[in-house]
Amino acid sequence: MYVAVKGGEQAILNSHKLIAEERRGDPAVPELTLTQIKEQMQLAVDRVMTEGSLYDRDLAALAIKQAQGDLMEAIFLLRAYRTTLTRFGESEPIDTARMAVRRRISAAYKDLPGGQVLGPSYDYTHRLLDFALAAEGGVGAPEAEAAETAVDAAIPRVTDILNHEGLIEEEIAFDDGQGGEGPVADLTREPMAFPADRDLRLQNLARGDEGFLLALGYSTQRGYGRNHPFAGEIRLGEVSVEFVPEELGFPIEIGEITVTECQMINQFAGSAERPPQFTRGYGLAFGHGERKTMSMALVDRALRARELDESIEYPAQDEEFVLYHSDNVEASGFVQHLKLPHYVDFQSELQLIRSLRKRHGQDRMEAAE
Amino acid sequence: MSATRTQEVDGEAGYNFAYLDEQTKRMIRRCILKAVAVPGYQVPFGGREMPLPYGWGTGGMQVTASIIGKDDTLKVIDQGADDTTNAVNIRRFFARVAEVPTTEATAEASIVQTRHRVPEDPMTEGQIIVYQVPQPEPLRYLEPRETECRKMHAYKEYGLMQVSLYEDIARFGEIVTSYSYPVMVNDRYLMSPTPIPKFDNPKMDDFPALQLFGAGREKRIYAIPPYTKVKSLDFDDHPFAIQQWEEDCALCGAEETFLDEVILDDQGGKMYVCSDSHYCTKRRAEGHTGTLSESAAKAYAAAVGAAPEPANPGPAKPEPAKEEA
Amino acid sequence: MDTTSPLLRVRNLTHAFGPVLACADVSFELYPGEVLGVVGESGSGKTTLLNCISARLAPTNGIVEYDLRTKGLTDIYALSEPERRLLLRTDWGVVTQNPRDGLRMDVSAGGNVGERLMAVGARHYATIRGEAEDWLQKVELDLGRIDDKPKHFSGGMQQRLQIARNLVTKPRLVFMDEPTGGLDVSVQARLLDLLRGLVRELRLSAIIVTHDLAVARLLADRLIVMKDGKVVETGLTDQVLDDPHHAYTQLLVSSVLQV
Repeated sequence: MYVAVKGGEQAILNSHKLIAEERRGDPAVPELTLTQIKEQMQLAVDRVMTEGSLYDRDLAALAIKQAQGDLMEAIFLLRAYRTTLTRFGESEPIDTARMAVRRRISAAYKDLPGGQVLGPSYDYTHRLLDFALAAEGGVGAPEAEAAETAVDAAIPRVTDILNHEGLIEEEIAFDDGQGGEGPVADLTREPMAFPADRDLRLQNLARGDEGFLLALGYSTQRGYGRNHPFAGEIRLGEVSVEFVPEELGFPIEIGEITVTECQMINQFAGSAERPPQFTRGYGLAFGHGERKTMSMALVDRALRARELDESIEYPAQDEEFVLYHSDNVEASGFVQHLKLPHYVDFQSELQLIRSLRKRHGQDRMEAAE
Repeated sequence: MSATRTQEVDGEAGYNFAYLDEQTKRMIRRCILKAVAVPGYQVPFGGREMPLPYGWGTGGMQVTASIIGKDDTLKVIDQGADDTTNAVNIRRFFARVAEVPTTEATAEASIVQTRHRVPEDPMTEGQIIVYQVPQPEPLRYLEPRETECRKMHAYKEYGLMQVSLYEDIARFGEIVTSYSYPVMVNDRYLMSPTPIPKFDNPKMDDFPALQLFGAGREKRIYAIPPYTKVKSLDFDDHPFAIQQWEEDCALCGAEETFLDEVILDDQGGKMYVCSDSHYCTKRRAEGHTGTLSESAAKAYAAAVGAAPEPANPGPAKPEPAKEEA
Repeated sequence: MDTTSPLLRVRNLTHAFGPVLACADVSFELYPGEVLGVVGESGSGKTTLLNCISARLAPTNGIVEYDLRTKGLTDIYALSEPERRLLLRTDWGVVTQNPRDGLRMDVSAGGNVGERLMAVGARHYATIRGEAEDWLQKVELDLGRIDDKPKHFSGGMQQRLQIARNLVTKPRLVFMDEPTGGLDVSVQARLLDLLRGLVRELRLSAIIVTHDLAVARLLADRLIVMKDGKVVETGLTDQVLDDPHHAYTQLLVSSVLQV
C-alpha cells in the first residue's frame, strides 16, 4: 500500500533526534569539545571561516561540531548566523606588508629580502600515514625548535620589489571618478550585478568553494585560458585589524587575525600605449589556506581577461559562469532542493507525455492505414 | 497586513521579530514597492542567508518575514498541501520567530506562502499570496547570459520565447510546457509564474489579492498588483489550454481541481486526489464524496497519518455528471 | 520613394583600435536599389568598415546616416540602443560570413526564418510557418527540412537559410560579409545566382564586403577598393575592374587567377 510522503511535525522532530544521536556517536566515547576542534582541526576551522565569511574560531568550531564534520553544512550554519549580526562599520584595509610573518615563500626568486621562510607546511612531508598519531595517548606535546635569528619584523612584498622597476602593474584603489576612492561592493548586502568589477569578483571568490576554484584554476594551467602564472609570493601570518571609531577620529587596533595571501605574477604583452608589464592575480583567505588562495589568484587573473583585452574563450574566464556557481551554499541548496516534493510538476509532465504518446500511437496507426 | 515595530520575541531569544532585522525588512519592502509599481519586473535585492537552504523557499520567506505582523494569520503550502514536510518546516519557522497564528484554511489566512500551487479557494482583496521562486528569469534556459536577458526585458524583445513555443508545436504538435508556463504581465513584462502547473495560470489573471514573488538564491523580487492582466503566451491558432483529467477526486468528487496521482500498488493501480489538501478536506466536511469507498478512504487517511474522517452521509447527493470542459 | 536622396550616407568614417587605424576617413553614399561592393585583401579594413556602418561597432569618428522610414536621414549612432536593435531586425539584414554567427543552430529552419516575424508580434502559427515555407522555397531549400536544425545542414544550405532569415521582414538594406566565403566553387556560383536574382526581384540595396573580385563583378553595381584602411579607388564595377587606375587595384585585378 502506497504511503504518501507527508511527514508532518512529528516526523521532523523524530528526524532531529536521530541526527542528534548520530552526531553524538557512541556515548561511551568522550564528547568532542569545541576546544579540541579549534586546536586540532585548525585547517577545517580556517576553511569554514573563510567561506562562511566570518572570522570567529569558536563559532566555526561549533558549526563543525553541529554539522558532524560536514564542512559545507558548517559554512552554511556560519553564514546564517552572520545574517543576524549587526554591522557596526568597516575596518581599515588590512596591511599585509606589516604582517607578522610565519611562513613566506616566493617561486619567482631564489632568495630575496626577508628570505624564504618555510614555516609550517605540509609541502615537503611524505604522504605516509603516521601510525604514531593513532596511538592511545597521541603524540604528546611536540615542540619545534626556535631558530637562531628571528624572522624580519617587516618583510617587503615581492610585488613591491618588482614595482620599483615598474615591471608589474600596480594595484590601484577603485576610482569613483571624482578623485576619491569609491565604496567597496558588498555581496552580502547587494545582489551581484554584471559586468562585475574586481572588488565584487574578489569577494565572490574569497567566499567561493575551494574545490570549484581549484578545478577552474587547474583548467587554466592545462590550457583553458593560460596566463603563465608564477607564485610571486605566498605569505601566512597575523595582521592587525584597525577600526576608526567616529568619536576618536583615528584608528585603533581591535584585534588580530591570521590570513594567507597569494600574489600570482602573470604575463602580459603591452599595448602601444603601455609598455609590457607583468599582470597580477590575487588570493586571500582567513587562517592558513594556500590551496584556496592560489586557486583564487589563478581564477582572479583569468576573470580579468575582459579588462586586459584578452579573448574570452574558456570557462574560467567566463564571469557569469564562475561567479554564479562559486557559492557552495547556494549550489548545495539548489542541487539538494530536488529532494523536495515535485510531484505536481511531475504530474503535469506525466499527463503531457501520456497524451503525446497516445497521439503518436494514433498517428502511426493512421499512417499504417 | 501590518508591519509592526518589533521587539525581541520571548520564544527565540536573540532574534528579531520574524528573524530578519528591521533594516533588512525595510530594504525588502522598498524592493516590493518597486516591484508592485512595475508589474512583472524582476527587482534585484540584497538577499540574506536564511536558516533554510537556498532553493527551499528562502526568497518567499524573506518576503513573508518583511511583511508579516502580529495581526497576520499565515498559511503555508507546498504542492498544494499544508502537511508536506517543507510546508510544515516553514510554518514552524514562523511560529518560532514570529509567533503569529497559523491556519490551513485559505479564507482565514491574511498571508499565504506557497510553493508551486495557487489555492483552489478563490482569494480575496486584502489577502497576499507569496510565491517561492526557484528561477525568476523566464528566458534563462533560452539565454544563459544575464546581461543579454536584462536587455531583452528592457527593450521588450521577447521573440526568442515565442520561437521556443513555435519549436514545440513544430516538434510535438502542441506547446509542451506544462508548468512554469511563461506569461505576459500588464502587456509589458514577460514573467515566470514559478513552477505552478499551467492549470493555475488563469487564476493569476485579474486576481483580487496581491501576488508577491521571492527568489532567494537568485536574489530577485517581483510582484503583480491586484486586478492586473496576466496572459499566458500562445499562438492565435494554438491557444493556451489547461490540463484536464478524465477522473474526479477519488475522495471528494471535485471535478475542477488539480489532481495528484497516487500509486496504490506495484501493478500500476492508481487513484487521483485533490492536490489542495485543505480544499479537499473542506469538501468532504461539507458532505461531498468521491468514488473511493469509505474503507479505502480510511485506509488512505491512515496511510497519510491524518485522523480518518467519520462517515458523514449528509443529504443524498446525486453522482456529479462527469462532463469534460 | 524618393530616389534622389541616399539610403545610406557615410562621411569621414574612421575607426582605430588603440593606435592602429583600421579604417580612415571613408565616405560614400548608397542609393535605393544599388549594390555596393567593398573589395580589398585581408587587413584592408573592410570588415571593420562594415561593422561600423551596420550599427554594430561605434566608430571613433565620422557619421553614418540611414534614411529611416519615419524620420528620414538619421545618424544611426544617435539612436537609442533598442531603436538600433529594432532596425537590425526589421529594415536591415546582416548576412555574416560564418552562418553559425547569423543563425540559431539549435532552432529549426522554420523557427530561424520565423523569428523576426515573431519578434515584431506575429502570433498565428500557420501563417508564420507558411511564410517560412515561402522563403525556404525562394532560397531553394527543401521544404521537407523546415523542422530540421541548421547544424545538420551543409555550409551552402546554412547560408541560404541565413539569407531567408534576413529577408523575411523585407528589409531595404542588407549587409553581407563574404557571403560565399568557404563554400565550394559550384555552391558559390549557385548562391551568387540566387543572390543576384533576389536583389533584383526585391529591389534590395546591399553592401557586400568581399576579397573575391568575381563575386564583386557579379553582384555589385559600384565598387570601393580599400587598402590599409583607406579607400584608394571607387567607380562603376566594370570600369574599376576593366580599367583600374590605382596601382593597388591594378595589382588586385592582375592577381586573379585565370582558369
